[in-house]
Amino acid sequence: MQSRSSGEAPASIGQPIDAGARATFTNTIRLRLRAPAKLRNLELFLVLFACIIVGGSIALVQLGALGTIDPTVLIIGTSLGVLAIAMHVVLRFVASEADPFILPVITVLNGLGIAEIYRLDISRKVSGWESSGIRQIAWTAMAMLIAIAVILLIRNHRVLQRYRYVAMFVGIALLLLPMLPVIGETVNGARLWIRIGSFSFQPGELAKIALAIFFAGYLVTARDSLSLVGRKFLWMRFPRARDLGPILIIWLAAMIVLIFQRDLGTALLYFGLFLVMIYVATGRASWVVLGLTLFVGGALVASQVLGYVGGRFHAWLDAFNPTVYQAQGGSYQLVQGIFGLAHGGLIGTGWGLGRPNIVPLAESDYIIASLGEELGLAGLFAILALYLLFVSRGFRIGFAGQDDFGRLLGVGLSFVIALQVFIVLGGVTRVIPLTGLTTPFLAAGGSSLVANWIIAALLLRLSDSVRNQPRLVVE
Amino acid sequence: MNKELKRVSIAVLLMFIALFTSTTVIAVFQVDTLNGDPRNVRTLYDGYSAERGPILVDGQAVAESKPSTDQYKFQRVYSNPQLYSAATGYFTLNQGNTGVEGALNNYLSGNANSQFFDKINSIITGQPPKGAAVTLTLNPKVQQAAWDALGGNAGAVVAINPKTGAILAMVSKPAFDPNVLASHDTKSVIAAYQQLIADPKHPLFNRTLAGDLYHPGSVFKLVVASAALDSGKYTPDSEFPNPATLPLPGSSTSINNAEGGSCGGTPTVSIATALRLSCNIPFAQLGAALGANEISRYAKAYGFGQALKVPMSVTPSFYPQNTDQAKLMLSSFGQDEDRVTPLQVAMVSSAIANGGNLMQPTLIDHIAAPDLSVIQPFQQKVLSQPISAQTSATLTQLMVSNVSSGAANNARINGVDVAGKTGTAQNGEGRPYTLWFTGFAPANDPQVAVAVVVENGTSFGNAVAAPIAKKVIEAVLSK
Repeated sequence: MQSRSSGEAPASIGQPIDAGARATFTNTIRLRLRAPAKLRNLELFLVLFACIIVGGSIALVQLGALGTIDPTVLIIGTSLGVLAIAMHVVLRFVASEADPFILPVITVLNGLGIAEIYRLDISRKVSGWESSGIRQIAWTAMAMLIAIAVILLIRNHRVLQRYRYVAMFVGIALLLLPMLPVIGETVNGARLWIRIGSFSFQPGELAKIALAIFFAGYLVTARDSLSLVGRKFLWMRFPRARDLGPILIIWLAAMIVLIFQRDLGTALLYFGLFLVMIYVATGRASWVVLGLTLFVGGALVASQVLGYVGGRFHAWLDAFNPTVYQAQGGSYQLVQGIFGLAHGGLIGTGWGLGRPNIVPLAESDYIIASLGEELGLAGLFAILALYLLFVSRGFRIGFAGQDDFGRLLGVGLSFVIALQVFIVLGGVTRVIPLTGLTTPFLAAGGSSLVANWIIAALLLRLSDSVRNQPRLVVE
Repeated sequence: MNKELKRVSIAVLLMFIALFTSTTVIAVFQVDTLNGDPRNVRTLYDGYSAERGPILVDGQAVAESKPSTDQYKFQRVYSNPQLYSAATGYFTLNQGNTGVEGALNNYLSGNANSQFFDKINSIITGQPPKGAAVTLTLNPKVQQAAWDALGGNAGAVVAINPKTGAILAMVSKPAFDPNVLASHDTKSVIAAYQQLIADPKHPLFNRTLAGDLYHPGSVFKLVVASAALDSGKYTPDSEFPNPATLPLPGSSTSINNAEGGSCGGTPTVSIATALRLSCNIPFAQLGAALGANEISRYAKAYGFGQALKVPMSVTPSFYPQNTDQAKLMLSSFGQDEDRVTPLQVAMVSSAIANGGNLMQPTLIDHIAAPDLSVIQPFQQKVLSQPISAQTSATLTQLMVSNVSSGAANNARINGVDVAGKTGTAQNGEGRPYTLWFTGFAPANDPQVAVAVVVENGTSFGNAVAAPIAKKVIEAVLSK
């Protein structure tokens, strides 16, 4: 029955076809049908490989820092491997043509982060729920389950475009949530957290997803009016006020975050995301220049007016100056982090054999310096290459996608990851002033993990639709 | 949209290239300064938690790291602390390192570039990291003989094998106990260090190659004689007027010979006799005739004013060049602004002993990795050739008669031709002398060149320094 129908298909075009050509055509169709299975098999292989790397890392941490193997942590870690494979199985059924590299890359990154956080726990001699490592494992499990739910719930990403204004309000609400009196909480001088009972969360992390969805949806509908309509002033064309309105709202929101929540990094992240998405959508380089000028100008003014911003600038430019080094809120952490990286050198001290615990916040803001110390420049390059791979897979959606909303969203989400890595590692290595941001997938912190796994789930969903578009493959 | 995407991709790529660059700059190019920063406590902990390599003399460890129970894992122990303190120096938690401990810190701690693959190897095999073992050229018998012979005097002894440059003995007194400074109790280390620094006898000085330097006195006549004979303008028989006192030009003072009177009582005196009896007036005349430039040229060839590492840095010895006639005369017999290290004086003897070839002096026999493979073998090198073989033969003859029938007769050894020169340097009116002996033996096949200096002397170099040198030479020759 099957063979007859496939045999009949070309005949229906109405041309006589010989048996040989018919067989070739059938084979092509078979190849197309098998390709997704190949992709998923590749993913499975890579996920297993990722699990081996992570398991090996945890074992080496124990050998390096404890001197023995402690099976309980390895067993708990294995449950995450099981979840990664569960996610892979879900992808097999609901997104069979999704990108095969995204899941393995984030599994490795997340696992390396857990290994390093666990290693810092050992040097602090904490265990149970006291230890950030155990909490990180729990958060990872939750983040993976949420990511699976996202893949299962959002079968077609175009739905998201419909809720763009909802996303905008959700995003702004999430941003402003920590400023509420009772539940808002100030940690290390930044008011970014909400706390309900013993449960604390950084809603700003989720806001970036909402905002990316809003930008993508809004820009796809408004790009023509933004780029074509408007008055020309000097050498630039300015859009109409009603087209510009939402953009100004977001800019204000970013500035509010900067001033009231004392968080330079997040403000820079939102602003960068916004600029890149508007540039990709409209092709207006002059707006990027304008936006960057606004931000740099704002930051310079802030460095003069706001004490804590000025302190960051000082610590950045003159880190090794003894007075800056010893000052309250000075460059102590920055300099110790750089010492850690130098201590690691080319090949690192090895898992569990460095002294990353000397640096304050070694497991969150400074996880990358901790990893750099123990895995060396070689390990850092590998981690950076993994991020680059992740981002390039996201950009691939932008290049190869079929609908503009999906393309913009894919670019926006992956650019957020790239920019976040740059802001964090650039801050640690003194490329830019140090701002407090989490390193995606690596750093300790539940909200960041959940947000980044949702980003990964969305990218997987988007990449599946890229592949799913009918394409003429008959050669 | 694709054009914009491409540009954004390039921007992302540039961001990552910036990160690759910044991490590389930190972890590769700035590594040495960052690891050397005193605020970097990791280096401090590391310096103690890896097993530091031992310092060996003739196969026996004079400094080694033994397991300790505290946070630093290892304790530095010196088995014969005072005797070898000049060579080993000290290794402290936070007061710096000196001597071989300081100069070869990278090798001992296992951080030298040549140990990179050993480091990787120890990572792969899971062996704890370990530093390289440094074997010194010191000969324990000679070192002990020099130590004993110097007795309670403040001073120094250096013995060199003139054919190789290997330093056989390096003694500086008073010495110190590096064990006290190697303690992990920072407070007691600082207290002990302050006490050593405050000691007027300066036990932390390595007098053989640094410290306050000495007036060479008459041993500098060897350099002046080298310049005279090697230039071809003079022979040992060249005669000079022989007055009992010589007024210094442009000055109301005059100079005398050490023994008083003229040099040997004849109306004129030869260079040979002047050297044998160590007379000042003929050498003042000879120096004035040669000129400061000519003497300076030879002094430089012997190592004066040159930076040298053995592997510790040697303070360069000094000969004043731009000076008036009076000062030139004074500096021609080792007074005025002449300043030397005992090592420099031993180098002069060593070059004369070795046919005019000055070998680079060194304390390092070889450096071996923990697996006993040699990282750095003994490095024998000709530093310079200050005088010709012929001049060296002539000078040797003069120095031998100096010992056999001259002012250095206390260094005489039965059956061995010892070449030598004494010195009794003045340090100013009413201040004690600096007593010198330098020489080598046997004259026909030199095995050792030696320099002895004794501070705060009240008699002559021949009386105090020559017998010390004799014991050192005997220790070398009796093996």
